[in-house]
Amino acid sequence: MASREAPERSEAVNHKQKTPSASEPVIAARELSRSFGRTQAVKGVSFTVDEGEVFGFLGPNGAGKTTTISMLCTLLAPSAGRATVAGHDVISERAEVRRSIGLVFQDPTLDEYLTAVQNLRFHAYAYGVPKRVREERIHELLTLMELWDRRDSSVREYSGGMKRRLEIARGLLHHPHILFLDEPTLGLDPQTRHRIWKYVLDLREREALTIFLTTHYMDEAENCDRIAIIDEGEIVALDRPEVLKDALGGDVVTLRVEEGDAAVAEISARYGLSASLEADTISFNVPRAEEFLPELMRSFSSKILAVGIRRPTLDDVFLSLTGRSIRVDRSTTNQQLRRYVNTPGMKAQAN
Amino acid sequence: MAGSVRGIWVIAYRELLRFVRERSRLASTLGMPIIFMIVFSEGLKRQIGVLAAGVDFVKFMYPGIIAMSVFINAIFSGLSVVWDREIGFLKEVLVSPLSRSGVVLGKALGASVIALFQALVMLALAPLFGISLSLEIVLELIPIVLVLSLSLAGFGLLIGSRMRSQQGFQVLIQMVVFPLTFLAGVFFPVNNVPRWMEIVSKLNPLTYGVDAIRRIFLADEISAGALASSHPIIGVTVFGHTTTTLEDVALVGVLGAALLMGAIFSFNRQV
Repeated sequence: MASREAPERSEAVNHKQKTPSASEPVIAARELSRSFGRTQAVKGVSFTVDEGEVFGFLGPNGAGKTTTISMLCTLLAPSAGRATVAGHDVISERAEVRRSIGLVFQDPTLDEYLTAVQNLRFHAYAYGVPKRVREERIHELLTLMELWDRRDSSVREYSGGMKRRLEIARGLLHHPHILFLDEPTLGLDPQTRHRIWKYVLDLREREALTIFLTTHYMDEAENCDRIAIIDEGEIVALDRPEVLKDALGGDVVTLRVEEGDAAVAEISARYGLSASLEADTISFNVPRAEEFLPELMRSFSSKILAVGIRRPTLDDVFLSLTGRSIRVDRSTTNQQLRRYVNTPGMKAQAN
Repeated sequence: MAGSVRGIWVIAYRELLRFVRERSRLASTLGMPIIFMIVFSEGLKRQIGVLAAGVDFVKFMYPGIIAMSVFINAIFSGLSVVWDREIGFLKEVLVSPLSRSGVVLGKALGASVIALFQALVMLALAPLFGISLSLEIVLELIPIVLVLSLSLAGFGLLIGSRMRSQQGFQVLIQMVVFPLTFLAGVFFPVNNVPRWMEIVSKLNPLTYGVDAIRRIFLADEISAGALASSHPIIGVTVFGHTTTTLEDVALVGVLGAALLMGAIFSFNRQV
């Protein structure tokens, strides 16, 4: 059994001595910007993350999530603005920032020719984790991530989900203050995604971690304490997921109707609600939809073919803020197209 | 400073771990010079007679092959960087608190230890090729191999820090490293070749590395008279001056130090 005695932990990594007080945010970004040539990828974002929070950056691909995380992790210099992480400036105190954070990248960064334990030991050496703490910590994390039985297998024999779990374990090995996860579940199947989230939320409890993550999965963003919705390099909303959803004005009602335009007009005239029309389906937000709907159906003059009620999702929030849905955003389609073009023998079709 | 030292050994440790875990690389690294040695010595020893009193072609070529394998292993440190970049592992290294100079020197040290190991394997096989060894030779060889391999690793790392694909690096090895190695006098004495080749060879820093290693083995066997001849088979004669071992090693070492500094500078500019 791995023991979890407090004194050992504080000895393990000396930067822990400088713990930001509860009132001081763990991450603070002010007007952080980054340009690549003429493209402004991040346009002056400001936010703070408190100790122990799970903070999410939600947005479509190409919205500036990875660029922001890279600046916070000192992998990319900001073009303008500033940020502090664990009380250290990301430009002038890079080494201190690096020691206080754990990082799980979007793309794999494991040495697949080495075993899980060898990868972890390398990390421990690189971060100067003392030997006494090291082996115990490796045991603890591999057990937690359910990889202990496979600890001496080459990483190339691991599945995608196992690799990602190993990377999370590695990111935590040196007892970081903050764990950065860039799209932690990208490309994993739903079951694995669910498990990864279970680990992440468990960890937060066990390690008193602050977690900063990016995702473009709506359901994952729901797990965050607070989320910043980012679109085209700007934060368009920042709050707790429930607050953002409640701000939409209640449940989402969808009606499939014969004459869409007439139905939209009728909703607007009778209830003062603005409905949107997509194909033959109109949708609008209303509080307590289960009571509202019977009343509407009793007297509605347009013919209703089907009805639906659901709690609003973060996608609805994104839609109402940007007029677009995250799921069918332009950049995703472009990326898929690019992948298609890069496949050998597919050039003709793509052109 | 402590970070630098830790960086050197952590990175070197991984290079060695990788080397022993990759069976195919281990086999090809060890096998290549042995194959060269067997094929060339068997194939040419009847065609090429004695190069100088007491020195036949096998004796002449053997130190050259050691030098060649040291070069190739050292240059591979650059390939290791490109490989790390391709698999993403370089990111893990670059975002860690390890200093960049530590990373570069660690890669160089790892490659040097592998090169030294290779040289020692070749030494162990010396009796098979009829080469006589002495403790003195072994003790002289070790520091020289380290200086040469660290220098060549500097070259490999400088290139590797700029290259994005393994294929690109392989092309570089085929187009630049192999020709330079062959022109360094591994298989022939550079003092007695056509004028154009002599110029290219003597401008080639590797020539001095090959010569430094060859001198360890042959200096005692060759009489002063043979050395004073117009085309000595050891020593590189430039403007009438024939280099000594110390000069050979110093030349490669100074160049290597500059290349290593260039590689550190280049790594510092990344991320």
